[in-house]
This record gives sequence, C-alpha cells and structure tokens, in this order.
Amino acid sequence: MISIEGINVHLPGFALRDVNLQINSGDYFVLVGPSASGKTVLLETIAGLHKIASGSIRIGDRDVTGLESEKRNVGMVYQDCALFPHLSVRENIAFGLRMRRQPEQQISRELERVAPLLGIAPLLSRRTKNLSGGEKQKVALARALITNPEVLLLDEPLGALDPQTREEVRHEMTRLQRELGVTVLHVTHDFEEAVTMGTRLAVIGAGTIRQVGTPDEIFHSPESEFVARFTMAVNVFSGVAKRGREGTTWFKVGNTELVVATNIEGECWAAVRPENVFITATRPTEGTPNTFPAVITGIVNKGTLVNIKAELPPELICLLTRPSFDRMGLDLGQEVFVTIAPSSVHLFRG
Amino acid sequence: MQPDKEPIKPNGKRHWGSHGFTLMLAVLGGIILLFILAPLFKMVFLSDKQALWLALLDSDTMRSIGLTIYAALISTAIGFMLGVPLAYLLARYQFPGKGIMEALVDLPIVVPHSAAGIALLFVFGSNFMVGEAFGAVGIQFVDSVAGIVIAMLFVSVPILISAARESFRKVDVRLEKVARTLGASPWQVFFRVTFPLAWRSILAGSMMMWARGMSEFGAIIILTYHPTVAPILVYERFETYGLAQAIPVAAIMLVISAMVFVGIQTLLRRSPDYD
Repeated sequence: MISIEGINVHLPGFALRDVNLQINSGDYFVLVGPSASGKTVLLETIAGLHKIASGSIRIGDRDVTGLESEKRNVGMVYQDCALFPHLSVRENIAFGLRMRRQPEQQISRELERVAPLLGIAPLLSRRTKNLSGGEKQKVALARALITNPEVLLLDEPLGALDPQTREEVRHEMTRLQRELGVTVLHVTHDFEEAVTMGTRLAVIGAGTIRQVGTPDEIFHSPESEFVARFTMAVNVFSGVAKRGREGTTWFKVGNTELVVATNIEGECWAAVRPENVFITATRPTEGTPNTFPAVITGIVNKGTLVNIKAELPPELICLLTRPSFDRMGLDLGQEVFVTIAPSSVHLFRG
Repeated sequence: MQPDKEPIKPNGKRHWGSHGFTLMLAVLGGIILLFILAPLFKMVFLSDKQALWLALLDSDTMRSIGLTIYAALISTAIGFMLGVPLAYLLARYQFPGKGIMEALVDLPIVVPHSAAGIALLFVFGSNFMVGEAFGAVGIQFVDSVAGIVIAMLFVSVPILISAARESFRKVDVRLEKVARTLGASPWQVFFRVTFPLAWRSILAGSMMMWARGMSEFGAIIILTYHPTVAPILVYERFETYGLAQAIPVAAIMLVISAMVFVGIQTLLRRSPDYD
C-alpha cells in the first residue's frame, strides 16, 4: 500500500502541488498524464529521489517521508531500462542483493528464482548491450523484483518498445503482478495503455492529480475539461444546463440544445466521446432525440477507423469504422444527420 | 554507356562545390598541422644524435627530468584526490554560484603563468599566512619540490576537473537513481556505478594534467628556480650555452610528452564494449 498525503515538491521550473493518492496493496495502479505533467517526478519522489517540501508518504505500514531512497524497499524500472552497461545481465540482476551484502549462495538462489519467472535464465551470462528491447525490460524487471520490493515503480516501461514487443511485455507484466501480488505504480502518457493495464487510474496534469478512479469511471465520467480531453472524449463544450417543464434536462451550447440524462443545472461542461456520435446520410426516425443536420468538413483516415468532422455548429468529431465509412460513401461537404443519445452526453462542473 | 559519376547541378554544370570546400579545409588544416609538427619533428629527428646521447648520460639532465616527472605525478595525484570530487559536485549538484565556480575552475588556463606564480607566492610564500602555516610543519614552497608541485597543480588541475566533470555528465543519472532504489548508498553508487563508467576519461584527463604539469615553466620559475625542472633547464642551457645544448633536453621532454599522448589516445580509442 502507498499512501501519499498532501505532498509538495519544488524543483527548478516545476512543482508537484498538494498530491494525495491512495494505492491499495496488490493494485496495478496507473498514473497517466501528458508529457511534463509530473508523472516521473511523483514516481521518483515516492522512491525517495526528490526532497518533499511538505506532506507525507507511507509505504505499507512505514512512514518513509524522511527515509533515504535505499531504505524504502521499492523497485524502479525506467523506460529505457537503465541497465548498468558495465555489468553482465547476472550482475545487473544481483546488484540489489550485493548492495545489501547478501551471501553469494543467497544471491545464486534468488537468481535461480527470479530469472525463470521472466524467462531470462539463458541470458544471465550475456552483456546488456546485446539484448533486445524486450529482453532488457525483463532484465530491468528482474533486477527490481529480486529484492522483493513492497512497491514496483514503473516509469513508461513500454514506451521504448516496438508494438509487438510492447504487447508481449505488457502481458508479462500483468501476469507477473497477478502471480507475485506486488503493488505496482505504472506511469504512462498513453491512455489506452492505462485503461488496458490498470485496476485503478489517476490522471495527472501540471503537477496536480486531476482525477482518481477505475478505468471505467475515468473513461465515461471525466470530472474536468483536462481529463475529458486527455481521455480522448474530443467533443468537449462549455455551456449551460437547464431543467425543462416536462422534467427533461437540456444542455445549450451556442444555438444547439442537447437533451441530456443528468441532473446538473447551470454553467457546466459536456463531453461526448466521438464513438458515441452517430452519423447517417438520411434523417433517422422522427422523434429521435438530439438529431441535427450537419455538413462534413473533414475526413481523417486513421487506418481501421475514420475521423469525421461534422459542423452543426458546434463542430463535432465522429468516429466510424472503415467498413461503415465505405458503406455510407461519405464525402467532404456532404449534408448528413448526426445523432447523440442523451445518455452519451456527460455533464460535469469542470 | 558509362554512368555520369559527378553530380549534376540543376543548371547542368558539374557540382565542384563540395570538392572545393574539402580541398580548402585540407590545405588550411595542413598548414597549421605543418606549423605544429615541423619544429617538433626537426628537433627530435634532425638534432645531433651524439648530443642527445650525452644528454641522456648527463646526471643533471636526468635528475631534472626525473624531478619534473615526479613533481608532475605528485601534483596529478593531489589534483585527482581533490579535483575529482569537485568535478562530481559540479556535474551532479545544483547550488547557488555554480556557474561562477565553473568559470573560476577554468581561470588558471587563461591567467598568464608568470602571474599565476606571483599569485601563488602571495599565498604560499613564507611571509604569508598559508606559507607560514605550512612552514610550521616544515613544508616550504619557495625553492623546493613543494613549490614546483603547487605551481604545476595550479596551472594543470583545470584540465583534470573539466575532463572528469564532462565524464560524469555523460553517465546517465538514472543509473545512479536506480542504484539508490536498489539499496546502494551514495558512496556505493559512486564507486560501483558512476566511477566505473567514467574512469577512462578521468584517467585520460589525469594523463593530460600530468603532461601539462611537466611542461610548466612560467609559474615554477617565479616560485622555484632550484631544484631545476626540465623546462627551466632547457631555458638555462639555451641562455648559457646556446641552442645546441638546449635541444637534447627539449627533445627528450618532447618524446616523453608524445608517449603520454599516445597513451591517452590508446586509452580513449579502446572503447569499452558498453559504449
């Protein structure tokens, strides 16, 4: 378990401000945020590599706030693995035990336990420069795990890997975490990676935690414009929500009024995920709520998916699969109809 | 048909620009290379072999060369012990006045060396505080080996500090951070991770410092004329007996310096397999 309470860290040109975070024992917790949002700084602060100005950090039942890094019992893995280039794979993995002055017999026993766990036993005598990206990452994981850390801190561990190796290492990491039950704090800028791997997530931006929750909560119910945009709910509008006489809630953005299924009133924000904006060439059945005529102003081919820009106004982004797009034969300047289900409009105060 | 090997410019003319540029670099570079090498080459290879041999047998010459090598070694050892920690501090830590400190460290390189000697005399002379303190424990800096050592140290230690600082900067700081999380103390991190990755350039810097110390004249002559180091001996022989007597000593010093440089180049070229 990691318990972070109100920590503030001041570095030249950057600060972590009032960070509170609870990570339960055995969680695969993902901290996600854009570049320069403070993810790595927070990770390194937990590892004891930055001084904190105020607040406290507990790991397990120990208050580690004033403790030196080497006494915190955490394992750290960086994006490019940071393997010691002057040491062999065996010596890299054994490093932590050597620093703890473990006897040679114990080191051999631990190596025999950890190396097969990651399938790297045949690599032990190799130099690190001869390893592939995936192998390096496994060695870095083994090096971090051999000391039985209470917490495993992973800084963009998949970032430097090619897509195929990334899948393999991703699978390996979640399997290991389940098998060993170690608490993991994984940092990434990739929201898809966060949703796929995390049991709980925190979104960080400009040195502050913006939202904490399950992947579903963050995905479907962002609480701020920042989180909504970061989680790729690209249709984010500021407007006014008001209750109609018949009990329906309306969200007004410009001259467009959307029926929504929430009870927020007053000035607020609305987020609509692009996959929840439906586009049709002909007018749907009379009476379908939130159906508007629109003009296609942009088409971006993303391989298996196609992004369509439709001008109501406001401008809406709609996501279609490639077969749907081909079947509908959509083109720039074409007049279409867009429909948004009221339950797909998420309102938040921001 | 033979393919046209020369690249064709858009207007159809052959593109001689890049060849001309390379030729210009080679000619200009060649002139300065010749300027450096010709006097040195002539002094070593075209000087009187008999005189060279006699210089090697001359006890004053050999004593002087031995003293030069020894004093430069002592100053390098002191520079290593005190300069490497400073280099690590400058490479890894942020503190107020760091920029000024970095500039000050390089200052002895640009100060006229005779002025450096006078400045050292002001501090280490027997009439001044530091000199008096050392004098109390029997160490004199005027007309003594200790004086030669501090003069060499002053003018040459910036070379070692710069080499070590750059070498430490090249070591990825995340290696040190990972080592800390794996249970290593700051001492263990330095001796088990940082230094093993930086030692090659630090050793090359030390050799460079040693070579630079051996060649020092200006600062030493202010502090210590006797015992006589080789550069002063060369000057003395030149002044007293003329060119013919000065050349053999200078040639021997040159060969020693050349050997140091070959050593440095070998060290740096033998790139470790983790680079």
